Amino acid sequence: MTATATTPRTGRPGQEPLLSVRDLRVTFRRQGEEPFTAVDGVSFDVRPGQTVGLVGESGCGKSVTSLAIMGLLPARGNTVEGTATYDGTDLLGLPPDQMRDRRGRDIAMIFQDPLSSLNPVIPIGLQVTEVLERHRGMRRRAARPLARDLLDRVGIPDPDRRLTDYPHQLSGGMRQRALIAMALACEPRLLIADEPTTALDVTIQAQILRLLKELVEETGTALVMITHDLGVVAGLCDEVNVLYGGRIVERGERHELFAAPRHPYTSGLLASIPRLDGARGAPLTPIPGSVADNLPWESACAFAPRCSQPVQRCTAETPRLEESAGRALRCFNPVEVTR
Amino acid sequence: MARFIIRRLLQMVVVVFVLSLMLFFWLRSLPGGTVSAILGERATPQTRAALTKALGLDQPVWVQYWRFVERAAHGEFGTSTRVLPGADALDIFLSRLPATIELSFFALLLAVVLAIPLGYLSARRAGSPLDSGLVVTSLVGVAVPVFFLAFLLKYQLAVEHHVFPVSGRQDNLSCTRVTNFFVLDGLLTREYDCSVSALKHLVLPSLALATIPFAVIYRITRASVLEVLGEDYVRTAESKGLTARVIRGRHVLRNALLPVVTTIGLQTGGLLAGAVLTEKVFNWGGIGNALADAFEGRDYAVLQVLILAAAMIYVVINLLVDISYAVIDPRVRTR
Ligand SMILES: Nc1ncnc2c1ncn2[C@@H]1O[C@H](COP(=O)(O)OP(=O)(O)OP(=O)(O)O)[C@@H](O)[C@H]1O
Ligand SMILES: [Mg+2]
Repeated sequence: MTATATTPRTGRPGQEPLLSVRDLRVTFRRQGEEPFTAVDGVSFDVRPGQTVGLVGESGCGKSVTSLAIMGLLPARGNTVEGTATYDGTDLLGLPPDQMRDRRGRDIAMIFQDPLSSLNPVIPIGLQVTEVLERHRGMRRRAARPLARDLLDRVGIPDPDRRLTDYPHQLSGGMRQRALIAMALACEPRLLIADEPTTALDVTIQAQILRLLKELVEETGTALVMITHDLGVVAGLCDEVNVLYGGRIVERGERHELFAAPRHPYTSGLLASIPRLDGARGAPLTPIPGSVADNLPWESACAFAPRCSQPVQRCTAETPRLEESAGRALRCFNPVEVTR
Repeated sequence: MARFIIRRLLQMVVVVFVLSLMLFFWLRSLPGGTVSAILGERATPQTRAALTKALGLDQPVWVQYWRFVERAAHGEFGTSTRVLPGADALDIFLSRLPATIELSFFALLLAVVLAIPLGYLSARRAGSPLDSGLVVTSLVGVAVPVFFLAFLLKYQLAVEHHVFPVSGRQDNLSCTRVTNFFVLDGLLTREYDCSVSALKHLVLPSLALATIPFAVIYRITRASVLEVLGEDYVRTAESKGLTARVIRGRHVLRNALLPVVTTIGLQTGGLLAGAVLTEKVFNWGGIGNALADAFEGRDYAVLQVLILAAAMIYVVINLLVDISYAVIDPRVRTR
C-alpha cells in the first residue's frame, strides 16, 4: 500500500470537497487470466465549481476511474475498493437503486463518441425529456419546453425541430451538444466528461470545450475532465491529475504544472503537444516506448523503462506520492525546475 | 415509402412470373405424371392417350404454359385432378387457407411470445445455468425433425394420454362458420365451446410447428440483446439513472428487436414447409395437406396455385418486414 489516503490541498481552500475519491482500486478478474488492476489507489478531490483534469495515455485507467465513481462498471468480473464520497455519502457503498437515483440528477456524465452514445431509434427530444421525467417527476409534455430550452442553451440551432430529429440527422458537434444538454438537464452539481471532444473535428472540439467552460461557470457545476490531451486541460482545468498505469504520478494547479512539470512523464506529455506559440517546425518529441513496457508498481516505478532520466532506485522500489504545497509527485528523480 | 412499396410489388410480379415458368417445366419433368396418378400403371395405352389429350397434356410444354398464363390472366387456374377432382384449383386454395393461417398464426404467436422474453432473459444472465439450459433447448429445437416431434407429441399427449385431441381442427359441434378461422368464428358467434374446442385442437400442432421458429427467434434475440447491452447508448441511459424498466423497454429491446423482426418474417415464410408435415400428422386439412396430396397425385393445377400463392405470401411478408423495420428504425425511414 504505497498510495496511502492523502488529502490533496489544491483547489479553493476552505471549501469542503464535493467529491472526494480515496484509494480507489479497480481490479478486473477474468477466468483463466491474472487479475488486472486498472486503477490502483487513486485519490483526488473535486470542490464545488472546480474543474479537475484526469490526464494520461490510453489505457491508464481514466475511463475505469470515472465509471467506477458512477457505478457503471460491468456488474461482474471486477472488484472496486476505496471510497468516493459525494456530499457526505460514499457512492461506492450505495445500493444500486440508490445510486440509480443519483445518476443523472446529482452526477451526470458525457462520453467520448456522441454518435454511439445516443440511442439511434429514439428522437433527441425524448432522450432529453426522459431524464426530466425520471428525476423531476415531470410529464413528458411538461418536460418538452424545458428540453427545448436546454437544446437552445447548448447552442443547437432551431431546437424545436431538433426535438423530433433522430441522432443520425445531427452533425457530430450537435450530437455532443445534445448529450451535454441531457447531462445538464437536472442541473447536477458534478459532471464527468470522458474525452468529450476526442471524436470531433478540431474546430468543433474548440467550440465544445468553450461551451463546457461557459456552462460550468454559469451553473457552478463541478467538472471532472478526462482527456489524453494536455491541450484540452490547458484551457479548462483548475487542477490537473496526471495518471500513469492506474496511479496518479503528479498533481498540481494547472499553471504551476504547465510552467514547471516535475514528473518526467508530465514533462514528456507537455513536450509532445503541438503548441501554437512554439517555433514553427520545432520537433515534437513523443515519449518513447509504450505502456506495454510498464514495470509492476509493486516493485518499481512503472514508468521507469520509458523515462528520460531513470536512476537505480526506479527499478527497485515503489515511489510514493509525496505531497507538498498543493502539489503531489510520485518520482525519485524529478525534473529540475528551471526558473 | 409509397414508391418503395410499389417497387417491391413490381418485384413481386417478376418473382412470380419467373417462378411460375420454372415450376411449370419442373412439374412436367417429374416422373409419374397426372395420367398415371389418375389411372394407375395398368391402364391401356388408349385410355391413357385419351386422358392425356383431354387434359391438354399432349401439347408441347410451352404451349401448355401459354394457355396457363392466358387463363390465369382471367383468374382461372385450372381444375383439380386429384385433391378434389373437378373442383377449381383456386377455390381449393382459398378454402384451405384459413386452416393453415390459423395454425401458423398460433404457432408463430407461441414462438414469439416465448422466444423474445426468454432470449432477453438469457442475454441478461449470459453464462448462467438458465442461459445454458435454454441454449441447449433451442439447439435441440432446431435439430429435432418437425415430423418426428409432431408424431411424438401426438402419440404421448393424444394417443397414450388423452390430454389433447388426436387430429382435426375441432370436435363435431355443428358450429356456425363465418370466417373459417374456427377460434375467431366461435368468438364472433358467441359459440364459445367451439372456440375452446378449436384451441384444444391447436395446441399440439402449434407446438410442433413452433419449435423451429422458437429456437431461431430465441437465438437471434439472445445474440441481439447481448450486442445491444454492450452499446454505448445503453451506458448513456444508465448514466442518466433511468429505471431498469425504461432501459429495458426503450433502449435495449427496441434496438435489439430490429434483427428479430427480420427473423420473424423469414420464419413465417418458412412455416409452410413445417406446416406440410405437421398438417399431415394431425390431419389438419389445410394447405399443407393439400400440397402433399397434390404432389402425390401430380395434381398440376393445384400445385401451381399453391406454390405460386405461397411465393406471393412470402414476398408480401418480406415487404411487411421491411415496412416494420422502417417503423422501428428512423435511419431506414429517411433513406
Ligand atoms: N471491462 C473490462 N475488463 C477488463 N479490463 C478492462 C475493462 N475495462 C477496461 N479494462 C482495462 O483497464 C485499463 C484501463 O482502461 P481505461 O478504459 O480506463 O483506459 P483509458 O485511460 O480510459 O484509455 P483511453 O484513453 O483509451 O480511453 C485498460 O488496460 C483496459 O484494457
Ligand atoms: Mg477512456
